[in-house]
Amino acid sequence: MKPRALLPLTVLTIFALLIVAACAPAAEEAAAPGGRLQLIKDRGKVICGCNAELIGFGYINPDGEFEGFDVDFCKALAAALFGDATKVEYRPLTAAERLPALQTGEIDVLIRNTTWTLTRDTANELDWAAVSFYDGQGMMVRTDSGYKTLDDMEGATVCCTTGTTTEMNLADAFRMRGVEYTPLLFESTQDTNTAYEEGRCDGETSDKSQLAALRSAMANPEDHIILDVTMSKEPLGPLTAHGDNQWNDVVRWVVWGMMEAEESGVNSQNVDAMLSSDNPTIKRLLGVEGEMGTSLGISDDFMVYVLKQVGNYQEVYMRHLGPEGIDIPRGPNELWNNGGLLYPMAWR
Amino acid sequence: MAERRRAVPFWRDERVLKVLTQIGFVVLVLVVGSGMLSNYRKRGLTFSFGFLDEEASFHLAEGIPFSPTDSYARAFLVGVVNTARVASLGIILATLVGLVTGIARLSDNWLVSRIASVYIEIIRNTPLLVQLFFLYFAVIIQLPSLREALVLPGNILLSNRGFVLPWPRPTVSFGLWWPFLVVAVIGATLMLILRRRGVQRTGRPSFNLLWVGVPLIVIPVLGWLLIPRSPLLLDLPEIVTMSGGVLKVEGGTKFSPEYTALLFGLVVYTGAFIAEVVRAGILAVPRGQTEAARAQGFTNGQILRLIIMPQALRVIIPPLISQYLNLTKNSSLAIGIAFLDLYAVSTTMLNQSGRVVEVFLMIMASYLTMSLTISLIMNIVNRRIQIVER
Repeated sequence: MKPRALLPLTVLTIFALLIVAACAPAAEEAAAPGGRLQLIKDRGKVICGCNAELIGFGYINPDGEFEGFDVDFCKALAAALFGDATKVEYRPLTAAERLPALQTGEIDVLIRNTTWTLTRDTANELDWAAVSFYDGQGMMVRTDSGYKTLDDMEGATVCCTTGTTTEMNLADAFRMRGVEYTPLLFESTQDTNTAYEEGRCDGETSDKSQLAALRSAMANPEDHIILDVTMSKEPLGPLTAHGDNQWNDVVRWVVWGMMEAEESGVNSQNVDAMLSSDNPTIKRLLGVEGEMGTSLGISDDFMVYVLKQVGNYQEVYMRHLGPEGIDIPRGPNELWNNGGLLYPMAWR
Repeated sequence: MAERRRAVPFWRDERVLKVLTQIGFVVLVLVVGSGMLSNYRKRGLTFSFGFLDEEASFHLAEGIPFSPTDSYARAFLVGVVNTARVASLGIILATLVGLVTGIARLSDNWLVSRIASVYIEIIRNTPLLVQLFFLYFAVIIQLPSLREALVLPGNILLSNRGFVLPWPRPTVSFGLWWPFLVVAVIGATLMLILRRRGVQRTGRPSFNLLWVGVPLIVIPVLGWLLIPRSPLLLDLPEIVTMSGGVLKVEGGTKFSPEYTALLFGLVVYTGAFIAEVVRAGILAVPRGQTEAARAQGFTNGQILRLIIMPQALRVIIPPLISQYLNLTKNSSLAIGIAFLDLYAVSTTMLNQSGRVVEVFLMIMASYLTMSLTISLIMNIVNRRIQIVER
């Protein structure tokens, strides 16, 4: 390069440096006051990380819209913040991409069947808001394979999606039983499932809800069974980046609000009538009494919009996971007073 | 002297500008680096490689042995070794494929050159990831299950659980046999040197090249006969039924479907690019060279081997290095077809440990090391070939 060309280049480099130096602190300051909640309000929509290929939980329907159990919680958040459930920008993420996407602030909230674990909560700097679905890891095998328990699976190849807790639980479960096996790790759930269906693997492992969803979409669902073993606890729920408690609180109370609504018998059909209810809990829930919304930093009647546009927990469950959906029995996902584990905190 | 200095002001003085540019670069690195670190701290993240000693607690079943109790560092090593396995064999095979198809494309035989061009154009103009997915999901895992495995002549087992080849395994007496191998190689090398000396002195080889093969074959065979038990035993693959009725292959050397698909995909893809490099190299040799050689009575094979290739190689090697680097880096697409290469293992590592930046630095450092090693070796080869130039 000729020295003559170097001078403008040097000037440009120094100029670029000055800009970088000037911009770096400015960008941080802009994000600081009000935190994530203010940022979302200013933006006018929620950016929600979700699954795009799991029937029942998060997938793209034939009309090209995101749909599913997890997706409905994204909609509920938008309804709570803006009174409009459509104000969501969906970011379909693979299992491996999802945590970095949240850590770097690319998305506001991750609702993508993500298991609440100690390491993720601490080392990955994340905060779960609530548990929206209690799941357990299972194993699906071919009916004609003759497998009844994991102990029968000596020498088997097991397909699994990488970047999940599933991978670790699988290793633990087989190690505990002293059974030799070969894991085969795919990046997307769809590839994992294809490899299993084509016979590359003897078994496929994932959360039982996922297995049920995948099985229902197979050519011959009756050729496959989900073994009656649960390898792990899998509490799934929405999560936000670590340290932004105000935004995390909004997410958590929207989820609990939907459970509370089921418990109090408020749903999308009767919410208008319930506005004049005498029940003090319902009054507080719908913002007729008290200032629950204000203390969260949103409007007091946020649950009215959530319930009108999305529905309570039961409605969401039935829409996607009930008999009309992929048909998973509610089991532990019943309310606490029905023998389940769902226990929304006190709404007062 | 003073006058000359005035003639060139400092902002046009090359020596000053060099220093200034370097200072500018260092400042840039420092600003970007410190910005990154301060952002990192602001998010409450720490930077540490301590997690490498921790127990991985996931299982990897490809390449060197690994168990869930091994460390993260060992898991990373599994990935590095697997990438090296694919890249090294891939580079050798892709070179062969590229050389053959490159020459075939220039063939006078209409059919041969057409087949070569169709192969090159189709492969070169479709994305590698698509080819890998097709190869893996539509071809390799559609092979019959182990129960109905295809057995090719020579006891090669073909199934959707992989390819198993019979493999010679050294026995106890191998220790007695290998000195014979060493002697055979030394003998053959000596004969080659002798032959070259003869050519240099008289311009004519004193004996046919095939004679070099004699010690290479005779000495090991002699050794085999002298030793009490055979030093190598052919290990034939066999399908055995395990206690639970599960089938399993024992013996032989196994190539997993994922490894096979990735290796095959990379070789076919890079081979097409290398073929074009070879063709360009050959076409760069002036036509007069061929005509002159033909006028001297050289055969076609001799023209290619003695006249064209030595000159073409000088043009071929530099772009060939890029193709080798491409092959190595493209092997990271393995994650799509479940092969546990460096990148696939690292993705698992960063997900389970949460150490995103650290793991990505390790990934980049590893690929950089591999690429620089390939570049270094090929540059040495390149320099040796360039000396031939007159």
